[in-house]
Amino acid sequence: MAAGAASGGSATTDTYKEARTWLLLPAWVTLTILVLAPVIMMLIYSFLTKEFRGGVIWEFSLAAYDQFFFDRGLFGDDPPKIEWTYITIFWRSIWQAGAATLLSLLIGFPTAYFIATRSENMRPIWVFLITIPYWVNLLIRTVSMKFLLRDQGPLNDFLMSIGLIDSPLHIVNTNFAVQLGLFYSYLPFMVLPIYAAVERYNFALSEAAADLYASKWTTLRRVLLPAVKPGVFAGCILVFVPSMGSFLAPDLLGGAKNFMIGSLIEEQFKGNAGNWPFGAAASMILLTMVLIILMFSARQQAKADKAGG
Amino acid sequence: MKHLMKSGVAALALTVGANAAAAEGELVIYHWFEYIPQELLEKFTEETGINVTMDTYDSNEAMLASLKAGGIGTYDVSVPGDYMVAIMAEEGMLDSIADGELKNKGNIAPEWADPNFDPGRQSSIPYQWGSTSFAVSRDAYDGDIQTTDILFNPPAELQGRINMLDSQGEVMAMASLHMGIPQCSTDREQLKALNAMLQEAKQHWASFNSDTAKEVLVSGDAAVGQIYDGFAAKAREEGANVEYAYPTQGYIAWMDNVVLLKDAPNRENALIFMDFLLEPENIAAVTNFAQYNAGVTGTESFVDPELATQPEKNPHADAGPGVFIEVCSEEVQAVYDQIWTNLKK
Amino acid sequence: MASKQFNIKSYTGFKAITLLCLVVLYAPLVVVTIYSFNASQSLTNWEGVSLRWYADVFTGPESGKFKTAAKNSFFIAIVAATVATTIATLAATGMVRGGRFRFRTVSFGLISLPLMVPEIVLAVATLIFFNSIGFERGLLTILLAHIAFCIPFAYLPISARMQGIEDSYEQAALDLYATKRQAFTKILLPLMMPGIISGFLLAFIVSLDDFIITNFVKGAGVETLPTAIFGSVKQGIKPNIMAISTMLLSVSIVMVTISYFVSKSDNTK
Repeated sequence: MAAGAASGGSATTDTYKEARTWLLLPAWVTLTILVLAPVIMMLIYSFLTKEFRGGVIWEFSLAAYDQFFFDRGLFGDDPPKIEWTYITIFWRSIWQAGAATLLSLLIGFPTAYFIATRSENMRPIWVFLITIPYWVNLLIRTVSMKFLLRDQGPLNDFLMSIGLIDSPLHIVNTNFAVQLGLFYSYLPFMVLPIYAAVERYNFALSEAAADLYASKWTTLRRVLLPAVKPGVFAGCILVFVPSMGSFLAPDLLGGAKNFMIGSLIEEQFKGNAGNWPFGAAASMILLTMVLIILMFSARQQAKADKAGG
Repeated sequence: MKHLMKSGVAALALTVGANAAAAEGELVIYHWFEYIPQELLEKFTEETGINVTMDTYDSNEAMLASLKAGGIGTYDVSVPGDYMVAIMAEEGMLDSIADGELKNKGNIAPEWADPNFDPGRQSSIPYQWGSTSFAVSRDAYDGDIQTTDILFNPPAELQGRINMLDSQGEVMAMASLHMGIPQCSTDREQLKALNAMLQEAKQHWASFNSDTAKEVLVSGDAAVGQIYDGFAAKAREEGANVEYAYPTQGYIAWMDNVVLLKDAPNRENALIFMDFLLEPENIAAVTNFAQYNAGVTGTESFVDPELATQPEKNPHADAGPGVFIEVCSEEVQAVYDQIWTNLKK
Repeated sequence: MASKQFNIKSYTGFKAITLLCLVVLYAPLVVVTIYSFNASQSLTNWEGVSLRWYADVFTGPESGKFKTAAKNSFFIAIVAATVATTIATLAATGMVRGGRFRFRTVSFGLISLPLMVPEIVLAVATLIFFNSIGFERGLLTILLAHIAFCIPFAYLPISARMQGIEDSYEQAALDLYATKRQAFTKILLPLMMPGIISGFLLAFIVSLDDFIITNFVKGAGVETLPTAIFGSVKQGIKPNIMAISTMLLSVSIVMVTISYFVSKSDNTK
């Protein structure tokens, strides 16, 4: 998301070159103290010794990472095996976030395409309609979703009253509810970049393909899709990354039964576990994964920019 | 922009100033959710002029975690359960109350005046006591419910419709009762069996939630809920056709206590509040609201007489023993944490 | 766009999916709005239209809590958005009008860092940080954390706008012997206003809506609207929460609408 904006600096000038340092200083200082330093402090904490019932002891320890990767049995003295517990939790988060991303793509792509092909006057209104719900508090949206989906909720009432189902669908407290919640939380992030890409797309290319007797769907697949790939890619990243670390959807819609990374981390600081170094280590691992994904996407973006001329 | 910044700074200064000025008549309480009636807090403010701010938590463990993460020094009192008082004392989070600092200390019921979790009531006063087991929807199941099998080995009708408290202490103690093993067992085979049993039972559970323990029963989202006795009574009053069980294997007994926290910013006001809660009339208001039992003498005339006859308050003849949750050693706690994580993975 | 292309552009089913998309996005919000006017105490029964839950928000037993929370929320959002917008405006000027320089990429990385770090990680890191330096949690910790993560939200629209403004206006002013400072305050800033206002509004909403980070760094008894709502909602959805949600929804919609029309009123053309 970030890399695109950075390289897009077309009207870059040097009018305020001399004042540059002073202009940037407040941002540097604020963000270094309030974001960079905390992340570094968290990295340090992940290598400290856990204090019983929360907190840390200032002694170097690899115990947090050991706990993450190695299973030493219930009592901690079996020969180490690969620990699947946390890998399972991470895998579940990736899987849930992936499912939510796919769902967003399946709904978001046609929507973005549809909007981008409206008349120039109508487009901003459609974009506006899509983005408004995003500005409603995530908590409120998740709660609303839960209210709508519950066994005695309006959705089940409606489906039963029109005779589509006989007994209520159990949606709340399932993995599907979490996916639906994530999908709902981040859908606009999928629509907007794809919309931007399709809007820039030169439809003469499609027309040329059609003139060569390509069917409409072939044109979509072979001509349009490759051209708007960067937008699709950006959309997927923007949905996938926040979904991975989400905490409200699994907690409220999933019944707090199956940990996702966000809830696992939260539990270390606010819940029963009280293992700060482990929570810091899990956060570091999540952060590393996200940064790798972002770097990969930035490279893809750069490649696409180059290919596009 | 300059103007905006100026007014921003002014506003900031204003609030900081306002906070400082108000601090003389403040009291910050860290309390369980849905436990103390709002009217009682208003009465306290009316009588003393002290402004009350309240934060809520949903498990003893969550409160401990938050206090450890920088909460000490910002709250005046909190309301831990019995075993948590012992843990907090061990952690050095409690301030002691000198003799004579509480003028109503004599109101404490004799049986609660010297509990083993706080000998001599050094830092705490009794708040409410009650039990934890589970309630079953009689619409969903009409068989025998006086057994912990309902939670850990449920009949087909109840499978997948069980809500557990999201609290390690309560779940592990109940599971130990179910298996007939001591709490905080150090026996490896027993701990392994406990882990295996919970893994098996988890398949039948729908959710872990403490704050919605009552709501899921009322709304019918769950047919069985691990729950406190007073909360189950409230669920029944709100229309859920539920019956509270006193399993033959035993149930959890508890007492919540108001403790004076270390470095309380408003220590004087905290003591005034504790004295206030030792007045029979006031603590009876909590009893009437939360439907548990007070640990103060002389509350009889203030307590709703119907409470005494509630089925939730009266264990049947075959009920097992009521046991308090025990504090495990660091080693056993590490195993418990492991089992808990296994349960939630 | 010639009408001939229309066939190639349109795909059957896409319109239906778009409408479905809107239904999915709006259904929960509409349902909550409708039920906030329900006269019944129960969530599932409809007993006619009533404003009692709105009255309850202002006069009911929880009104004190929500009033304080709303005050905190708006105070934090206004101060955090103001500070973040100021910092972001200066930074955008440095980045866009500061020529090429060595730390440009690094600076940009730093500014967008709060967007790249997952929210829960930023929350944990901030908690650990304040804890390790012994900074007592309270209103101030929330405010500081909010300022930090609001900066990129304010920065992006501001810098996007600045990139769209040719520097010929400032150059003209400078040629007429205006000082750099005058060129900045008299020419660039007014031109930038739509960008600055949308940046401010974005930051304001992001701050107003934040739950996860606030929940981690808030101090004793300091609630913002989202944390107060979460505390209530955890025990089940109550009608008064729906009323608050509907009011917050209206605030968000009004803000976004303003931001939309402000950014549309392009004064550079």
